[in-house]
Amino acid sequence: MSIGRPAPELPPLSQDEILRYSRHLIIPEVGVEGQRRLKAARVLMVGAGGLGSPIGLYLAAAGVGRLGIVEFDVVDETNLQRQVLHGTKDVGRKKIESARDRIRDLNPHVEVVAHEAWLTSENALDIIREYDLVVDGTDNFATRYLVNDACVLLGKPNVYGSIYRFEGQSTVFCMAEGPCYRCLYPEPPPPGLVPSCAEGGVLGILPGLVGLIQATEAVKLVAGIGEPLVGRLLLVDALSMQFRTVKLRKNPSCPACGTREIRELIDYQQFCGIRDEEETDAVPAMTVAELDERRRGGAELDLVDVREPHEWDIGRIEGARLAPLSSFADALRTFDSARDVVLYCKSGARSAKAVRQLQQAGFRRVWNLQGGILRWSEEIDPTVPRY
Amino acid sequence: MPVTLRLPTVLAKAAGGTTVHEARGATVGEIVADVAGRFPELGPRLRDAKGEPYPYVIFYLDDEDIRFQQGFQTPVPDGAEIVVVPAIAGG
Repeated sequence: MSIGRPAPELPPLSQDEILRYSRHLIIPEVGVEGQRRLKAARVLMVGAGGLGSPIGLYLAAAGVGRLGIVEFDVVDETNLQRQVLHGTKDVGRKKIESARDRIRDLNPHVEVVAHEAWLTSENALDIIREYDLVVDGTDNFATRYLVNDACVLLGKPNVYGSIYRFEGQSTVFCMAEGPCYRCLYPEPPPPGLVPSCAEGGVLGILPGLVGLIQATEAVKLVAGIGEPLVGRLLLVDALSMQFRTVKLRKNPSCPACGTREIRELIDYQQFCGIRDEEETDAVPAMTVAELDERRRGGAELDLVDVREPHEWDIGRIEGARLAPLSSFADALRTFDSARDVVLYCKSGARSAKAVRQLQQAGFRRVWNLQGGILRWSEEIDPTVPRY
Repeated sequence: MPVTLRLPTVLAKAAGGTTVHEARGATVGEIVADVAGRFPELGPRLRDAKGEPYPYVIFYLDDEDIRFQQGFQTPVPDGAEIVVVPAIAGG
C-alpha cells in the first residue's frame, strides 16, 4: 500500500532526476514507480530541529517532491551539536530560512514550502490538509497532541519520533485501523515532570538515529514498500545500543481515533496543564543587576546554586555554594534563616521551586534570581559560560 | 525464576543508578512494589497515590501493554520481562 496518487497520475522523471536517483531506480522494490511516488509526495515536517534535521536532509536527498516545514525558531549555538541542517554561519538566522537554503543546495528538485509559524490549533488543519503525511519532529507534549489530533481528524499518517538523553521512541500513528498517539499516551505528564532536551540534555547523535528511522518510515509509506512501523513502538537505547519493539494497540475508547469524541482541535496548552504565567512569578525575585549591586555594596547574603553538580562544573557565579534541587530538602537545615538567601539555577524555574521550599520551612528573606545564571552571564559577567 | 524490570535511563537515578532490576511477585503490581520498596524515590515515579499506573508511564509485559490485559493485576510468568516506557517529548 502506498499513499498518494494512482500510478498513471504520477509525474515523470527528468533525465537529471533519473541520474540523481539511479541508486534508487536499480532497487526493484523502489524502481521508477517508487521514485515517481516520492516525486509526487507532499510531506510535512513539523520542526526543523534535532529530529527535523536528518528527516529534512534525507527526505530531500531521497527526492520527496514537496517538503513542507513548520518552524518559527532561530538557530542558536547550542543547536549545532545535533541540528545538522544548520551551520555555524546560520546562528541567529531563522531556522526555516537556513533549512530551506540547505535543502535547496542538497536537492534543487525538491520544492520547499516554508510555514514560518508555530503549529497551533488555529492553523494546523489548514497546513496539514495540503500534505500526504506528517513527520513529527516537535519538542513538546502540547504540539504532539495537536499534531496527533489534526492527523486523526484529517486521516493523515503521523510518523512519530521523540527523544530524551540517550533514549528514543518511534512509530507510525493514524494509519487506518492503527493506533494514534492518544491510544499510547492518553494524557500528558504534568508540566515540569519530564524535562525537555534544553533542560535535561540529549546525546547529539540520538536525534540522528531516531530522525532517520522516521525518514525511513516516511519513504516506505510513500513508496509503498516494506512493513510500516504501525502497531509497534520502536524503543531505541543508545547507551546499551538495543532496539526493541513493543506492541501498540488501538484503544477502542480513545477519544480521538476510537469514539471520535474529539471533533475539533482543542486548547493543547491547557490540556497539558501549561499556565500562561510561569510558576516563577509567584515567588520573590531579584534581578541580576540588583544582586550585582548588593554584592558590590558589600551586602551580606548567601548565594545558593540549586543546579546539579555536572552543571556546576560547567560554570558558576563566584561566591555561590551548591545545593542541588534534587536533594534540597536535605540541605535545608544548613541554611541560616536570619541571613538573606538568593537562589539561582540555569534560568530561574528550579530555583523558584527551591525558594518555595525555603518559604515553607519558614524562611522570609529569600529571593529567586530572575533568569538564572544565563542572565547573569548575559548582563553581568560574560566570563560565566552559557550552556 | 525472578522477573526483570527494565527502567528507562531517566528513572535510573531514582533506582540506585541502574536500569535493570530483578524482582519477585505474582503480578505486575507486585513486581513494581518489590522494586519500589527497595528504592523509595522510585515508587511515586511508577504509580500514583492510589497505587495505579499513570497514563503517561506504560508497562509492557513481554512486549504486551498491560492496559489491554489486567493492568497491575496482570499475572507475571517466571522469567518474564517488564519494560517501563514513559512519555518523552524531545525533538
